[in-house]
Amino acid sequence: MRVAIVVFPGSNCDYDCFKALTDVMGAEAYYVWHREHDLKNPDAVILPGGFSYGDYLRAGAIARFSPVMNEVIEFANAGGPVLGICNGFQMLCEAQLLPGALVRNESLKYIGHAVTVRVENNETMYTNAYEKGQVVTYHVAHGMGNYVATPDTIRQLEAEERVIFRYVTPEGQATPEANPNGAMNNIAGIINERGNVLGLMPHPERAVEAILGSTDGVGLFESMRKFIEDGVAVRGEPVRQLAGVR
Amino acid sequence: MAERPAPAPREGDPRITPDLVAEHGLSPDEYRLILDAIGREPTFTELGLFSALWSEHCGYKNSKPLLRTLPTEAPWVLQGPGENAGVIDIGDGNAIAFKIESHNHPSAVEPYQGAATGVGGILRDVFTMGARPIAVLDSLRFGSLESARVRYLFAGVVKGIGDYGNCVGIPNIGGEVYFEEAYEGNPLVNAMAIGLMKKEELIRAEATGVGNPLLAVGARTGRDGIHGATFASEELSEESEAKRPQVQVGDPFTEKLLLEASLELINSGHIVGIQDMGAAGLASSSTEMAARAGTGVDIDVAHVPVREEGMTPYEILLSESQERMLVVAKAGHEQHVIDILNKWELEAAVIGHVTDDGLYRVRENGVIVAEVPGQPLVTGCPTYVREARESDEIRRLREWTPGEAEYLPAASHPLKILQRLLGSPNIASRRWIYEQYDTTVRTNTVIAPGGDAGVLRIRGSRKGIAATVDCNGRYCYLDPREGAKIAVAEAARNVACTGARPRAITNNLNFGNPLKPEVYYQLREAVAGMGEACRAFNTPVTGGNVSLYNESPSGAIYPTPVVGMVGVLDDVDRHVRMNFQEQGNAILLLGENRDELGASEYLKVVFGKVAGAVPHLDLEHELALQNVLVELAEAGLLRSAHDVAEGGLAIAIAESCIANHQPLGASIELTDRLPIASLLFGETQGRVVISCTAEDVMEVNRIAERCGITCRRIGTVGPVNGSFRIHSAAVTIDTPVSELAEIYYTAIPRMMPAGADHA
Repeated sequence: MRVAIVVFPGSNCDYDCFKALTDVMGAEAYYVWHREHDLKNPDAVILPGGFSYGDYLRAGAIARFSPVMNEVIEFANAGGPVLGICNGFQMLCEAQLLPGALVRNESLKYIGHAVTVRVENNETMYTNAYEKGQVVTYHVAHGMGNYVATPDTIRQLEAEERVIFRYVTPEGQATPEANPNGAMNNIAGIINERGNVLGLMPHPERAVEAILGSTDGVGLFESMRKFIEDGVAVRGEPVRQLAGVR
Repeated sequence: MAERPAPAPREGDPRITPDLVAEHGLSPDEYRLILDAIGREPTFTELGLFSALWSEHCGYKNSKPLLRTLPTEAPWVLQGPGENAGVIDIGDGNAIAFKIESHNHPSAVEPYQGAATGVGGILRDVFTMGARPIAVLDSLRFGSLESARVRYLFAGVVKGIGDYGNCVGIPNIGGEVYFEEAYEGNPLVNAMAIGLMKKEELIRAEATGVGNPLLAVGARTGRDGIHGATFASEELSEESEAKRPQVQVGDPFTEKLLLEASLELINSGHIVGIQDMGAAGLASSSTEMAARAGTGVDIDVAHVPVREEGMTPYEILLSESQERMLVVAKAGHEQHVIDILNKWELEAAVIGHVTDDGLYRVRENGVIVAEVPGQPLVTGCPTYVREARESDEIRRLREWTPGEAEYLPAASHPLKILQRLLGSPNIASRRWIYEQYDTTVRTNTVIAPGGDAGVLRIRGSRKGIAATVDCNGRYCYLDPREGAKIAVAEAARNVACTGARPRAITNNLNFGNPLKPEVYYQLREAVAGMGEACRAFNTPVTGGNVSLYNESPSGAIYPTPVVGMVGVLDDVDRHVRMNFQEQGNAILLLGENRDELGASEYLKVVFGKVAGAVPHLDLEHELALQNVLVELAEAGLLRSAHDVAEGGLAIAIAESCIANHQPLGASIELTDRLPIASLLFGETQGRVVISCTAEDVMEVNRIAERCGITCRRIGTVGPVNGSFRIHSAAVTIDTPVSELAEIYYTAIPRMMPAGADHA
């Protein structure tokens, strides 16, 4: 698996993604500076977290106009896997590769702590190594993670099982208490119609080693690897239960 | 020195008068020294330079003779005081740069920007050494949370620290906060940064190589923060509010770019030195870099990229606009430097060059506006040993001893007292603060804030580092020498509780006006105590910051010599947490309980009293205790370790129960023949609550005894959401641990309703 990690001025989780992919997953990863126009033929693209351009306007609003985004959009439209984490999720919404928007947390405060999220759909290229309904622990670290969309969009996302991650209690209940930022329907991550562009607020790349407190993020990268390297079918196909991932 | 013609007076500059000299914070005697140093009357620009460089903030005039007494050397110290940051060797070719700095005065008038720029400045101090910042810690002091103004300051400071560090992408791994009336008008905001580098990447801030070009790099220079260093060197007053424009404005996005650009520059081989334009901006960075190298510099301010038109040389030199660096490049490599900065969407401009005449020469469009010998400017600041006298009032407070009335409530209502202490803002969970910080970015955080010390793993090695900031200002108020010793000892204990060996400290000396004999006494005694403890533990001081004149109309702050300590774990997998891990584990106490109630949080919370003798500190015992903790951790025998501090033994045990996602109960049996108040809530030093498996109790005891540390089993860890039970001959506490957790975690959020930052 060859993964391009796009670096914007102000990205700060690019290194974490790089380390998770190379040191933990044994994958090939490389940085692509936002002014470049060549993604160098990756199997997948990651838009990492951070504060691109300081996020002084709206999170992700300026990064969306970075030169490299033309290639990212082209890659996504051709069916290439594009994963946006945190600020990357915000950019995907700004670039309209995903519907809806991420606004200021309900508390108006930045939040940095562990959350539990439920894998709502494991028939995707990002979640096939998880079980459906599995509750995993990731970290959130954001000031604008409150997902909003029109009622029609929310209905459509839910109906098409495109809500991939949802904030839940450790016991798996999607309660208001489990919702860290006020996101509609406790939405933590969604996928596009075609199933190749995923955006999520929590950071799976920070949950890949026992010494960091959780290895639950490995499943997401392992899912990508299974899809890309082993051709594990997703959507409509029975998903293989992948042993030994967690 | 040969006679040189004085620069012609610059049109528009004011005439030098005694009043103008006084406004610049210089005494008549100091002004005479300036006349001697340059052999004539200074120009307005030169007066500004001396004012900034000879301020307390830059010149350390009241603290230098005391600071010289501190130990600064150990085999692992690669860089001691005098540079942007201290550096220690941690093995495997790796080195750690670290330093603490205060932003008290700016934060008192503009909490958000004051705190944010404090973080920005200390990060720059670390990455200008060639180290990539890997952690931030914060040490904060405020007045009582009962006050709306204090809540506003507290909320603004926390948001400022968070927004800046979060954006740059540096995890916050620990800190401390106290709320005491003495800080009401003058909060303390100290930020510490830690960076990691390869030993050979260490770069010093020296302007070497005659003819080498000087470049101003990063953000443009504006009018913000002019005379910030001088502002920081006087007492806060009603007029301080009017100095709000002197507070700089931070831009963490530019900082992040500057960080990446600076590290790329250092690795590129195109530069010989780099320094933050921090306090006193271009003036101090350029003069200090030249002074360290024994060279001179020639700068034309017309070449400095500015934000606004019509800035005078005086303003450009003294501006404290943030996110700027001064770089000394190799001659002929200017364009490479500019290219690297441009890649990161930043500016760089050649503004001058290194000379061999030792002069500090400033031009404006070629016309000389300042020309003074560099050495006296940087090192000629007179230093003072002031009159010292202990305050009679404080001595009387210390000599007070608690009587029956003070002991009684603990014996009659122990549970109620325990609950009140757990809900005291000085003890309650700091989660409200650190949940506004990114604590896990860069994926090295092993122990995040909330433990005794933060722990990071060092990639590519088995090692880890632990770091903490500590100081109990109340102890230092009642007894500055013992209080400062305790600050060092507690920091070392906290680091050792994680299994790390304490290695070195950075210090932030926050005091009042040193011209007052009572304050100077505190400074002198605290530095003496700090030096004594650092020598005993072999944890030298590698740098730091002095912040004096921390006074408001209501008086001086508590003397607060904050200690930022770094320790090393040889095997980070052997790190130890403060929370109990498992039902059935044995709970043991290292150290001995004593009848010491003075200076305690108990007296403050129950009686509103700040009085009595501070707890006795035995440096030898502390060192042995550190050794036991490290040895036990390395042997894999510890399931948890938590230092006994404010609130005493009962609070320490409760915290080890509570600091779990689901609290664990505990059953404790105490046999000491001591007054209940002292036994449960006294703050006797040299104690740590540890837990281990029942099978390991014997081995733990054996190791502790061999090192001369009393160790005994006092109880057993209970079930999830079980009972918290303490039993002694005279008293029994028995309460659901979940109720204690509720008090502990909700105390500060309850006092900080939404919108407090907009007060």
